[in-house]
Amino acid sequence: MEGSSAESALSVSADSIRITDLTQDGDVLTFAITSQKLNSSAGVCVFRAYEDFEWLQQSLFSQENVPGLQGIIFPPLPPKALPLQSNMQTKALKQLGFLALGQDWQGYCKALEFYLQQVATHPTLCKCKALDSFLINSESPGKQRGRKGIFNRLSQAVEEMRKESHKDVDNFFQNERNKNTNIAALSKVATEKLIDVVMTEQKLALACGHFSTSLHLCVNQDDAAAVAFSKVCLKLSDIIEAVKQNFEKVASNNLTTLGLGLDLESRYQEAEKEMLFRRTCKLIELETVKKSTEKAKANKREVMEEFQKAVEKEFSLISSVAKEEIERFHSSRVNVLKNVLIGWCEQQLNTAKECAELYSQHLEACRNMYSE
Amino acid sequence: MSGSCGRNPPPFPENEDQEAELDTRVLDSDEYDDEGEDIFTGARSKPITPTSAPDEGDIFSEEGSYIRTDVHHATNGLHSDEELDLFTEATVELTLTNTTSQGRREIIGPTASACNTTPVPNSILKPSIVTKTMEELEEEESGDHFELNIAVTNPEKIGDGMNAYMSYKVSTQTTLPIFLNKTFTVRRRFSDFLGLYEKMSAKHSLLGCIIPPPPQKSVVGMTKVKVGKEDSSSAEFVEKRRAALERYLQRVVAHPSLLQDPDVREFLERDELPRAVNTQTLSGPGLLKMINRASDAVNKMTIKMNESDNWLESKLQEVENEEQLLRRLHAAVDSLVNHRKELCSNTAVFSKSVAMLGSVEENSALSRALSQLAEVEDKMEQLHQQQAFSDFFILAELLADYVRLLGAVRCCFEQRMKVWQRLQEAQSTLQKKREAEAKLLWANKPEKLQQAKDDINEWESKVSQYERDLERVTCTVRKEVLRFEKEKARDFKQHIVKYLESLLHTQHRLVKCWEAFLPEAKAIA
Repeated sequence: MEGSSAESALSVSADSIRITDLTQDGDVLTFAITSQKLNSSAGVCVFRAYEDFEWLQQSLFSQENVPGLQGIIFPPLPPKALPLQSNMQTKALKQLGFLALGQDWQGYCKALEFYLQQVATHPTLCKCKALDSFLINSESPGKQRGRKGIFNRLSQAVEEMRKESHKDVDNFFQNERNKNTNIAALSKVATEKLIDVVMTEQKLALACGHFSTSLHLCVNQDDAAAVAFSKVCLKLSDIIEAVKQNFEKVASNNLTTLGLGLDLESRYQEAEKEMLFRRTCKLIELETVKKSTEKAKANKREVMEEFQKAVEKEFSLISSVAKEEIERFHSSRVNVLKNVLIGWCEQQLNTAKECAELYSQHLEACRNMYSE
Repeated sequence: MSGSCGRNPPPFPENEDQEAELDTRVLDSDEYDDEGEDIFTGARSKPITPTSAPDEGDIFSEEGSYIRTDVHHATNGLHSDEELDLFTEATVELTLTNTTSQGRREIIGPTASACNTTPVPNSILKPSIVTKTMEELEEEESGDHFELNIAVTNPEKIGDGMNAYMSYKVSTQTTLPIFLNKTFTVRRRFSDFLGLYEKMSAKHSLLGCIIPPPPQKSVVGMTKVKVGKEDSSSAEFVEKRRAALERYLQRVVAHPSLLQDPDVREFLERDELPRAVNTQTLSGPGLLKMINRASDAVNKMTIKMNESDNWLESKLQEVENEEQLLRRLHAAVDSLVNHRKELCSNTAVFSKSVAMLGSVEENSALSRALSQLAEVEDKMEQLHQQQAFSDFFILAELLADYVRLLGAVRCCFEQRMKVWQRLQEAQSTLQKKREAEAKLLWANKPEKLQQAKDDINEWESKVSQYERDLERVTCTVRKEVLRFEKEKARDFKQHIVKYLESLLHTQHRLVKCWEAFLPEAKAIA
């Protein structure tokens, strides 16, 4: 989907948005965002901190005069990154999920980049002035306090839970809600389990490192037999080092492809859930208003009916926007997952082949060494 | 020491040239200088016979045949290519201080000519016994004349409840003439193996041999098996024990003196063995053993042997250091194995979660791909499991075995110390007897003089006997240590190659998994 139409406020090409660099100053991370201007060959580069992304998200939420705004599935913003400290692993994990495990910030930058691209390619959201300003203004917008958005994260209050399971009037939406609940839960679980796998792989790499280092301590040049034994130990050390590097690569592949993909899927399902919830709330509001209108006394009735009509209109706008969003979401997510799976498989296949080649060379060398 | 090892250094011949041999045979160490000659001065007179061959018949006599034991683990495809390397290195190191004209000896009798698959041209034979020995051993390796393969298989549970035990099938395949048949099988239980160790320990350790230690007892493991728990941990325990028993036997028969021991042959051949009851921890002999061990430990601390042999002293230090190192390595491999097992279970859980995702997915191609992904992860779990086993059986058990073997080497040194101690005590008793005689002379009591003189003679001969014993033990210890080191290097080499092969195998299977999945992923529309 292109971001350019006659009314579009976006002056850069959506496909060209990249996060090219990241600098860390104490706790503060600054991202370098580049994009291509639409009507010229000039490129733009701006520097933003996380607060600026939050400002953007809030601005998107709080747009006025956008019909059916609540029916939009807002691209999910990755949570705030914590600076890498060695003992923060578990805490960071809970916050960031996948994005915390990478040694460098590549995964995180990729996730933010994807977020910007999603916003820029969204037919409605790309028109938001805040986006353009975010992407091209040299001054960062973070100082401006946007209006408080109308949506917060889905809280788990009992009230909300009750609302969430409110029966729908439309089969399409009821089905969608059911499916979404399932997939959201399952993809979250899958993401967590993959985190476990990656952490174990990282632990294995560490254990191999220890083993490899300990083998070096066995070197002893005192006599022929000791020298022979030392050579053997060093050889094994090299082999274990290769095993270690393989684990590191495998873990990194898992992180940067499948991990990010599952994480994205999981967060997008949550975003869809929030949208559906907003619509459900509106539905409940509508039904409540209808009931009140029926019960209203004659003098209040007209006012109530006007009000009801307004709510009905809102609701139907939201529903129609939601329908489009859902269809768009379905097709794009399949595509995203497909690319994720292909990329993951190809990377792991390459890594596995390289590793097999390396082991093969070691084996050859061993056999030659021991038979000469 | 398992695998295709097992050279039998030639039995010592009974003639005057032996000290030349002795000198040169142990000259593998660069540190070994002129001190060697001092040690062996005492050894001139008496030939050293392989003590474990009492009445074994001429097959084992000194001028007779050599025995080549090619102990062959069933799955071990690695062969003798490696030995040549060892010997090449060994020959280079020789510093001969004593190349007498009789340096070149025909240690091997007529049977040597029978083993002529690789004829060793005379020009290669240098004027040194060791070279000859190594060459001849090379010949042994390349020729396949005498063989001994042992396998321990088919663990079976006999009996019920707390009196149950596991019985293992011990199969031997051999061309050695000392055995009645070429292939034979017996059933043995764990206490039989322990009993064998006890017997050999009693007979050979005092001579300075390194006796391979048997696998450890495990109350927990065995209790689970006895109680009848059919889970994977008791199956793993039984497999671990079976493999350990097999390696143990292979090491035993790889030791030239032990192979000649009739107890070993009886263990392998005889249908029914008398139950070895003194191997139980709480039996009379068991307790006695514990007491002995405790007193040994005290001895070790209080008595410092006056070690005149630098080589041996530094070797002992090396052994102790190495034991520590190997322990550390073993702990590292253990942690590796545990992490791999963790990876197994995590992968399995992940696979299930992906399968669930696939089942609720509406898009059929994506759903299919997700199910395939779950299967790939399942296969990977199996691969991880297998690799964990490899890690364990190839590396961890090797290291554990060697930690125990190094303990046995230390015992060997301790035995030597005991012999030295006995000599010291005899020398001091002799001294006392001489003093007593002197006193009697001075006190002029002729009637007791004869007794005193007899005593002195008795103790003099004891002292010289013990001196010879010490020399012999020292010599054996040296020999054993050298043999052990070579075996160790070879063993480790073999295992590394095995380990690499297993890694490569797993990796290839992994590549196949990914290759199978790729088209599924691409098929998503």
